[in-house]
Amino acid sequence: MGRTLRKRLAAVGLWLLTFVLMVIMCVPGLWVVLTAFRPNAEVLAKPPVWIPENPSLNNFAKIFGFGADQVAIPVPAYFANSLIIALTSTVIALLIGMSGGYAFARYRFRFKNGLFLGLMLSRTVPGIALSLPIFIIWSRLGLIDAKLGLIIVYVALNVPFTIWLIDGFFRQIPKEMSEAAQVDGCTRWQAFWKIEFPLAKSGIASAGIFAFLTSWNEYALASNLTRSTDSKTLPVGLMDFTAQFTIDWAGMSAMAVIIIVPALILTFLVQKHLIAGLTFSGVKG
Amino acid sequence: MADISLKGVVKRYGRTEVVHGIDLDIAHNEFVVLVGPSGCGKSTTLRMIAGLEDISDGAISIGPRVVNDLPPRKRNISMVFQNYALYPHMTVRENLGFGLKIAKQSPAEIARRVDEAAEILGLGALMERTPAELSGGQRQRVAMGRAIVRHPEAFLFDEPLSNLDAKLRVQMRTEIKKLHRTVKTTVVYVTHDQVEAMTLADRIVVMKDGHIEQVGTPMEVFDHPVNTFVASFIGSPPMNLLPARISDGQVVFAGGTGLPVPTRLADRVRDGQEVTFGLRPDDLTPQGHGIARGGERAQLTLEVGLSELLGTETILYTRIGDQEVQGKMFGPRDVAAGERLTFDVALDRAHLFDTVTGRSVRRL
Ligand SMILES: Nc1ncnc2c1ncn2[C@@H]1O[C@H](COP(=O)(O)OP(=O)(O)O)[C@@H](O)[C@H]1O
Ligand SMILES: [Mg+2]
Repeated sequence: MGRTLRKRLAAVGLWLLTFVLMVIMCVPGLWVVLTAFRPNAEVLAKPPVWIPENPSLNNFAKIFGFGADQVAIPVPAYFANSLIIALTSTVIALLIGMSGGYAFARYRFRFKNGLFLGLMLSRTVPGIALSLPIFIIWSRLGLIDAKLGLIIVYVALNVPFTIWLIDGFFRQIPKEMSEAAQVDGCTRWQAFWKIEFPLAKSGIASAGIFAFLTSWNEYALASNLTRSTDSKTLPVGLMDFTAQFTIDWAGMSAMAVIIIVPALILTFLVQKHLIAGLTFSGVKG
Repeated sequence: MADISLKGVVKRYGRTEVVHGIDLDIAHNEFVVLVGPSGCGKSTTLRMIAGLEDISDGAISIGPRVVNDLPPRKRNISMVFQNYALYPHMTVRENLGFGLKIAKQSPAEIARRVDEAAEILGLGALMERTPAELSGGQRQRVAMGRAIVRHPEAFLFDEPLSNLDAKLRVQMRTEIKKLHRTVKTTVVYVTHDQVEAMTLADRIVVMKDGHIEQVGTPMEVFDHPVNTFVASFIGSPPMNLLPARISDGQVVFAGGTGLPVPTRLADRVRDGQEVTFGLRPDDLTPQGHGIARGGERAQLTLEVGLSELLGTETILYTRIGDQEVQGKMFGPRDVAAGERLTFDVALDRAHLFDTVTGRSVRRL
């Protein structure tokens, strides 16, 4: 009797702890979402108003240029920039990651370990420390305020990680799989696409999600390298809500929601792969 | 269905040479087993035949074609790997049909040949399962099915049974032998297990350190090993190998005991020669407990230490001179430790190897 009670209490305690942790993690996000649906005046109310008294879509309408008082923020352009830059850089990072990961996993070559270590070490440099050199070089090359400029930066940022992750996945596929396929009549190229690629798909999808989210959410470098609607991304666009003396918190929150939603949708779409990819089961048959 | 020939085949990884110029001719429809301790270059040799490793020197031909520069897919061979290497994302049916699909066979033809292979190997009920849903023995069977559907010129097996438990291994061994009878194809089979080699092979190729030590039928390598390595590697329990010296027509062992030099080898040794005397446990039997067989005999009275009862026979541990040896007692009775027994030594089946070269003294 005493033991069951203690067990119950422990279970309840664990749940409480989990709940508290989740609340701590989720409250800021929840606050942002709630704020997206309330007028700016309510944001600064003291004591704070938690549930919006008159929830409305006004903030979103303003951002997209509908209604009485418009904000002059070109969200659709930012959105398009973000999408183009994040998708392109992700695709390129994945292609390089697949080639590199495959090479590291399957081939022996000189300086292999050194090269791999170098790639990993490049991750230890905080990106922002490179912003000044990149800015100078990019301005010489005319890549400031160009989508291409950001794409290159994000590819460079993501490639070490995608190579590392994808290398791990190819490593777990016995090389006999591809050899069996070659004996069965495949060229090396066919063996890759018909056997090894499908088996590493989950891993590649996980790498893709990480690369996409990194590019999609990146702020520090983008804020340095972009100027106008030619290249400004959504996170940089958030700063458009700060005027000299006022900050449109509500508008900013609405835009934050616009940034978060696609990322969430994408993550949901591939979450099956993400979990399969990160736990990696069922390849060794 | 073709003969395979290796001429001076060498494999180097960087500067280390691991296969040192192998010559081997494998006949049409022959079942050849490469056997040797692990690391001796069996897999490397097999993989060179398959085209999965480059050939550093020499030539390999399958049928009339030299295949040195052909990729695996153009060699028309199939291979069964130690870990089976079934495609995990395909069903058994798709696994079997994969090679045919790549070869752009018609769906009807693929279905026909897949069903034929499934029939031969009894895979009927498993066709829609994935490899993860199969037991070890079933995977093994699928791997063999995948090898036979394409009607290749030769099958290559690389230790296909070593991932199975002992009982299944014996069973699959028989199935492989049967399969060879059914589908009549040249087979090159790699194993480190000499029992597998003996039971499966038409011809055994014993390898060591990247060299071929001996090629012959199972009977030949068992009865006439060319050197001490083959003598000790083939046969279980292994042949007793005793250091000795030839003196006055006697083989004198360290510790003093002697036996007459076997008559058939008498003119192959000289006085004072250092030799290794080889005698299988089957040829050292207590009187009345041997295999009835004529031939030259000698007697030794030896004290038995341990004995291991196996059922139809007992292994007896004893000593000749100061050397540990094993004998066999057929139709066994209980033997007490320390009991002294008179043993028949089948001299006509004994071997003499030169100690310096390790090679058999008999005429090769
Ligand atoms: N890729 C490789 N690089 C360097 N050495 C290798 C490679 N593959 C095999 N070897 C060496 O070649 C020798 C023969 O290997 P292998 O043919 O696999 O032996 P077996 O199959 O007889 O056990 C071994 O000493 C092994 O270490
Ligand atoms: Mg091997």
